[in-house]
Amino acid sequence: MAKQNNRGFLQASDRQPLLFDWIFSVDHKRIGLLYLYSVGSFFLAGVLLGLLIRLELIAPGPTIATAQTYNALFTLHGVVMIFLFIIPGIPGAFGNIMLPLQIGAQDVAFPRLNLLSWWLYILGAFMALTSLFSGGGPPDTGWTFYVPFSSETPTNVSLALLAVFVIGFSSILTGVNFVTTIHRLRAPGMHWGRLPLFIWSLYATAWVQILATPVLGITVVLVMVERLIGFGLFDPARGGDPILYQHLFWIYSHPAVYIMVLPAMGVVSEIIPVFSRKPTFGYKAIAASSVAIAAAGSLVWGHHMFVSGMSDTAILVFSLLTFLVAIPSAVKVFNWVATLYRGSISLDPPMLFALTFVFLFSIGGLTGLILGSASTNMHVHDTHFVVGHFHYVMFGGTGFAFFAALHYWLPKVFGRLYNMKVATTAWAIIFVGFNLLYFPMMLVGLHGMPRRYYDYLPQFQNLNVISTVGSWVLATGLLLMFVNLYRGMRVGAAAGSNPWQAATLEWIVTSPPPTDNFTHPPQVTHEPYDLEQAGKP
Amino acid sequence: MTTQPDALGARIGMWLFLFSELLLFGGLFLLYAVYLSRYPADFAAGGQQLDTLLGTGNTLLLITSSLTVALALSALQQGRRQLCQILLCTTVFAALLFLTIKGIEWQAKFSHGIFPGGSELEALPAGQQIFFSLYFVTTGLHGLHVLVGAALLLWTFGLTCREQVTTQNSAMLENSALYWHLVDLIWIFIFPLYYLLL
Repeated sequence: MAKQNNRGFLQASDRQPLLFDWIFSVDHKRIGLLYLYSVGSFFLAGVLLGLLIRLELIAPGPTIATAQTYNALFTLHGVVMIFLFIIPGIPGAFGNIMLPLQIGAQDVAFPRLNLLSWWLYILGAFMALTSLFSGGGPPDTGWTFYVPFSSETPTNVSLALLAVFVIGFSSILTGVNFVTTIHRLRAPGMHWGRLPLFIWSLYATAWVQILATPVLGITVVLVMVERLIGFGLFDPARGGDPILYQHLFWIYSHPAVYIMVLPAMGVVSEIIPVFSRKPTFGYKAIAASSVAIAAAGSLVWGHHMFVSGMSDTAILVFSLLTFLVAIPSAVKVFNWVATLYRGSISLDPPMLFALTFVFLFSIGGLTGLILGSASTNMHVHDTHFVVGHFHYVMFGGTGFAFFAALHYWLPKVFGRLYNMKVATTAWAIIFVGFNLLYFPMMLVGLHGMPRRYYDYLPQFQNLNVISTVGSWVLATGLLLMFVNLYRGMRVGAAAGSNPWQAATLEWIVTSPPPTDNFTHPPQVTHEPYDLEQAGKP
Repeated sequence: MTTQPDALGARIGMWLFLFSELLLFGGLFLLYAVYLSRYPADFAAGGQQLDTLLGTGNTLLLITSSLTVALALSALQQGRRQLCQILLCTTVFAALLFLTIKGIEWQAKFSHGIFPGGSELEALPAGQQIFFSLYFVTTGLHGLHVLVGAALLLWTFGLTCREQVTTQNSAMLENSALYWHLVDLIWIFIFPLYYLLL
């Protein structure tokens, strides 16, 4: 079956121009690749903006940009990375490709809606880019769009907000599609106790997408209405309350952190048992903790607002709930470690990235507790400590899991392997660069350097220089990794249908998978991590 | 492998989408709750300036239209296509009537200078400004949903004419009807919160 000339779903048809064959395809694998290419491009754009921010901060005072440009840079970096890369990244790309394959389905429940989601995402991205060059110039509010500044600044905030609304709509539709697919299209024998853990994490994520995103939708609409029509719902001069904006914004945007990180945890849960040659330890606990994180994570938004003005009781409650989220997160980490225990571990590139996730995410999670405890929060709030912390979670966590997913699943998608040695070298450079870049941020934050400031005191310079050098190391590693993956997918050795000897369903079909996925619905007979059954449905 | 149309799947998808719609309005209801507790007297004064008669009329109209769309579905399931089409048209007509009445109400407010940026509105106490801002945003967003719902029903009507929505394949009508019930349901909350406020 696995012949090298078999291009599966990648096979071009001769019916219509190649481009149309892709951008109007309703095949979940093609849509997934469309997402992969788009989020990949925006990731590179975001990296470029990040490099510019770091270059500006290499020395106090003006270096390469004006203060206004600097404000636009960090706003764009945030908007691009969060709304165009991390949120749609793993679910849009790998969720789309792997969800139907892993549950033994032919496609998602609503293939055309799936295509619409991608188009809305592209439309939103186009609007966000247009906002840079039109109206009053690029938005300078930070990705959080806090009022009153966002309702008063002359820059092109309204269009950027509309872009966020449209991308949010795309995210909701993806969520609806995934929940319905998981409920309705599981193959015979694929009961809930046999769902791969990646699917469990997508399931929890999809619910958060459905229930939290609309709140962001209405919030950005209200700011647009305030700017364009002149209502004052958040304007104290007209009876409004700007703090309410922050509440509404974080009611979405904190759960959004779990939209970003849950699928990443799912990827790691797939990879660790395969490369430890052991069934996952505590399958049920990991599955349940995904749902628990989604539920508890929806109740902790207030911890972003400890210094904004809240009653002591509210601070206490939000702080306590924040600590509770640490429990299901730790459940996952301990179960992963227990899976490794006495396993036959092989440090192939996917495993290296997955293990790095566990390490960096733990640092990110534990520094999160420093921020979640109200008294220490007062000291580090809005400093570079926060910037370091969330990059450990978002990049060290989700980013590394995304790279892990690339190295784990691309051989399935393209049927070819990359160069393992180069991949390992790239991983090492990225790992070193990452820590050089973000660890000094936490230190300089503890010393009192605020976030989002254009200028800083001379005593902060050493740590800032280390951080900027780290950004160059990191960028080098990323470049090496992407070139290696690109080369591998073009001319690499044939991967065969199951290069990692994994037991989930996507590995029983050919690589690349055929357009119809399975010739007939597979009858699932074993648990997802029963590795002795690898290659059987 | 071939896929059968999955009517239950389509319904699940619609229900999930309706949850997200509820939360969209949920943000506005949250603002309402906070501002009501901050400005109870102003909200009561604002509510008294709304036309309860027109509001009640619109409420009855929407409830009736929910009935007609449910009957349209029953008619289709019994194979009475023409009756179904008449009932669908009645529902769309009710939707347009609702929007007309809403327009008359807004027009009356506008003519008294109560509109965003209007001088009369800005002369009102802060609490009443918030009340009217929320009123316009909420009923405006709801009106938009009425429009979308009516368009969906009209499209479904077109599909029944081309026999793409039939007794055997009624998922599209079921989902449009579900959406229409949501539009009705949200209004059932808006009406007492704004018009019947003491």
